[in-house]
Amino acid sequence: MSDISLVVNGRNVSASVEDRTLLVNFLREHLGLTGTHVGCDTSQCGACVVHVDGRSVKSCTMLAAQADGAAVLTIEGLADGATLHPVQAAFREHHGLQCGFCTPGMIMAATDMIRRHPEGLDEKTVRAELEGNICRCTGYHNIVKAILAAAQAMAGGAAKAA
Amino acid sequence: MYATNYHRPKSLAEAAELARSADAKYLSGGMTLIPAMKTRLAAPSDVIDLTHIAELKGVTVSGRSVTIGAATTHFDVANNAELKRVCPAICHLAAHIGDPHVRHRGTIGGSISNNDPAADYPSAMLALDAIIVTDRREIAAQDFFTGLFETALEDGEIVKAVRFDAPEKAGYAKFPNPASRYAMTGVFVARGGDGVKVAVTGAGDNGVFRATDIEAALARGFDPAALQGVTIPADGMMSDLHASSEYRANLVVVMAKRAVAAALA
Repeated sequence: MSDISLVVNGRNVSASVEDRTLLVNFLREHLGLTGTHVGCDTSQCGACVVHVDGRSVKSCTMLAAQADGAAVLTIEGLADGATLHPVQAAFREHHGLQCGFCTPGMIMAATDMIRRHPEGLDEKTVRAELEGNICRCTGYHNIVKAILAAAQAMAGGAAKAA
Repeated sequence: MYATNYHRPKSLAEAAELARSADAKYLSGGMTLIPAMKTRLAAPSDVIDLTHIAELKGVTVSGRSVTIGAATTHFDVANNAELKRVCPAICHLAAHIGDPHVRHRGTIGGSISNNDPAADYPSAMLALDAIIVTDRREIAAQDFFTGLFETALEDGEIVKAVRFDAPEKAGYAKFPNPASRYAMTGVFVARGGDGVKVAVTGAGDNGVFRATDIEAALARGFDPAALQGVTIPADGMMSDLHASSEYRANLVVVMAKRAVAAALA
């Protein structure tokens, strides 16, 4: 067993976990944050993507103990109270989901992607960047549209704020 | 996953001491080891996380000399501005491993120590004549990669860094498996003071190898056209459900042409 302390969605969390506990299981089963999904459980589908210290990772392929001391952001931590994060709002606006299973991972991947491309995004880049996230419903078109719209909205917001 | 004990040493000496325990394994980004543990293909009694040892991290470029710490992630290699200036081919390679989330965790030291026959980095190490620096010695890349998932590393030995001189020109091209993104064939070409070196991953039955026929053709002219009509024997090529050995033999030449074109671009 390991005693771990980390910050999850801005909240300090301490727990005693088995060393083999995966980060995704810690989030879902210990903290009840079931927005992060387990899809393939083999590091391919990206339904489990969360941010660790500001970078997107597949939480099914990381031990909770590896995240000791880290700051973790999950889908539950994105919205500002009742106000959706711009990427969440864009997914709703552009119908970027059907069954919704992949959506938390898609949105966490998208926010990371937008952060890494302050110069802006085009369709080709978005599609290439989504390589680690699989959707079996939408055919990706509306997901790509939503991410492009969110990137634009966020760039506009940043320009206004500056 | 079977039960294991997680350790987070702060120094190489502490890590090496922990590795004396019977079935311990070093853990870097975990992009191979953790999936292997989940499927119980690996069941180490202890995992020793190397990613919190400061001296294993970072890229140093001094003139043409490049040193990449073993625990440097693919993302950090891909986006290092100084490295991009002297050897953009290795940044390109790192930027095409797995997917963005994998690149945020996976490391160069982990990749070369695992020596997956379809991993990208081993081809670069071989073509760049890299030196693999461990906590015990320095090993030339050509002596380091010894077979499928096999390296010259001894029990408990830790890769600290890789070091190479940036070549005049280099390029990498791979045909990724459409599902896994591993190389079904990847070719790294480098032209430097001592000629042209070409290393192939994802194709050889025994892991990464130097393609001497292609090197000879490119020594006569460093141009994709120099490879027109060059063929590689299918003997010794991997054959699986993704591609036959003949298909891979052909891909080696095709990827070599693309790698040379990338080097010249």
